[in-house]
Amino acid sequence: MKLRKNAFWIALALPGVLWLAVLFIVPIYAVLAIGMGKLDQLIEAPVAVWNPLDWSSSGVINVWRDIFGGAAFAGPIIIRTLVYTVIASLLCLLIGYPAAYFVARFAGRRKALFLVLLIAPFWISYMMRMLAWIDLLSTGGYVNKALGWVGISPVNWLGGSAVTVVLGLVYGYIPYLIMVLYAGLDRIDHAQLEAGRDLGLGRFRTFVYVTLPLSRQPILTGLLITVLPMLGDYYTNQMLSGAASTSMIGNLIQGQLGTPGLEGQGAVLSLMLLLVLLIPMVYYVIATNREASQ
Amino acid sequence: MTAPAATATESPAPAEPAAGKRRSLLNPWRHPWFLEGFTWLYLIWSLAPIVVAVLFSFNNGKSQSAWQGFSWRWYFSDPVNSVLHDPQLHAAVIQTVRLSVLTTIIAVPLGVAFALGINRWRGAIPATFNFVMILSYVIPELIFGVSMFIAFTTLFSSVHLGTVAEVLGLVTWNVSWPAIVVQARLVTIGRQYEEAAADLGANQFQVARRVLLPLLAPAIFASAVLVFSGVIDDFVIVDLLSSSAGNTPMSVIIYSTQHGGNGGPALNALGSIMLAMSLIIVILGYIGYRLLSRGEGNTGLAALTAISGEN
Repeated sequence: MKLRKNAFWIALALPGVLWLAVLFIVPIYAVLAIGMGKLDQLIEAPVAVWNPLDWSSSGVINVWRDIFGGAAFAGPIIIRTLVYTVIASLLCLLIGYPAAYFVARFAGRRKALFLVLLIAPFWISYMMRMLAWIDLLSTGGYVNKALGWVGISPVNWLGGSAVTVVLGLVYGYIPYLIMVLYAGLDRIDHAQLEAGRDLGLGRFRTFVYVTLPLSRQPILTGLLITVLPMLGDYYTNQMLSGAASTSMIGNLIQGQLGTPGLEGQGAVLSLMLLLVLLIPMVYYVIATNREASQ
Repeated sequence: MTAPAATATESPAPAEPAAGKRRSLLNPWRHPWFLEGFTWLYLIWSLAPIVVAVLFSFNNGKSQSAWQGFSWRWYFSDPVNSVLHDPQLHAAVIQTVRLSVLTTIIAVPLGVAFALGINRWRGAIPATFNFVMILSYVIPELIFGVSMFIAFTTLFSSVHLGTVAEVLGLVTWNVSWPAIVVQARLVTIGRQYEEAAADLGANQFQVARRVLLPLLAPAIFASAVLVFSGVIDDFVIVDLLSSSAGNTPMSVIIYSTQHGGNGGPALNALGSIMLAMSLIIVILGYIGYRLLSRGEGNTGLAALTAISGEN
């Protein structure tokens, strides 16, 4: 009886379940099998090893050496990735919070207008947004023209500048952070703010003692939503710089994936990244679930 | 000056005492002009570059910073370099549309059925797969793309890189939209309607078809909008899974042409076409969502947030 009652729903869920099993779980396992697999020296192609008992650790050891060894070339890239990501995320928060706070609390009847403008970047392709900045930052572009009016000679923004890459990351990911912050700030109960006011707090102290503590959760999830993609980003700095001096871990993985013989190391590197990001990912899922059930 | 500002704030402004008439900095209900100015500056920084880029796609010249008159040159007039006549750009537009349509057609029914089934089927298996689905939603796109690339080059190598691989990858990446949006909607609907239908003698299929599906229509529609526009803008998956000019969509063309520094105004035109496509989808999505959810007392704001995946 129970099975029959369930049968209809099982049948509905089954295609999706199978799809995810074959095209999500198996491919992740395939990354593991390649990363722990062997290299066919003859044709320089990785050979997947499906049985965990036969896994070899040579790929992991190679990558470990690349990161921490004497002539490590991956170590500096990882440190650079972390530095860029931390600076860019904090800038996102610094710029995004006041804007989200204003729209959530003070936009009044113009809220819809502000919201449309805040959401607009979501509907514009990331590549188009980067392209727009390339036009502006090019040698004869408007940014350099504007600098020229105040007597500053043209800057080579697109020739491997770390500043450009970090600002590109900020520009690219800030809309996501702002929407999370907006949603969180918009949910804050006005009665709590008024209570603060009634108890004699001024505008500034109401913000510090009431609004800011209540926005801790949105700030955390918002930062996650910018940090996770930034750590896997290879296109922003490839578009805006292209120089090895600004390359990030995403570039390393993407480059190894496209180099015959190095796919295995790319696989190991992306697995390591996944392992590091698993905790924040699960935290994000739990936090958003809790928000949704409130 | 203070009076209209005070009404513009959302907080109910109390009757101001006579002393508050002067523009006192101590007035806690004054309009935060500094914050508003900052927000406008942010919005200008966020959107003005796009406006400039679109504008210069209509420039009658190669320059990106000197206006030489309006023309459709980079869209179709130029016999060699326009989007219409450059075979690569032309193919990219078609490929983007093809991927968006195919992915939406497959991912939405798959995700909706998954959401319905998982929501009702009790046990460890559905719980596990729901978690797997959410994992596919939060996993960084590069790691997902790497797994797809490795799967299609080693394990499923009979599926070569190209359109089929792209569609399979995009469906897997996007199936979580309908699955999450529909499950959220199921929670708000509650079970009373289907219980009423069951009491009146409807079987499970009839409940799903006649009760749940109509109630879920706005959510299903919103998720279709999300998937379609998501595929237009997708980059990482299609970049890793495309193999030749014939199956390379617009986002990848912009990236691969521009980062070598060879981009001309035709790329701006291509980007503007992408923008126009997304805009059409958003407007259609907004109108459609409001039509489907009329009678629920939804505001335009609710429709807007629904089709942008913020709920």
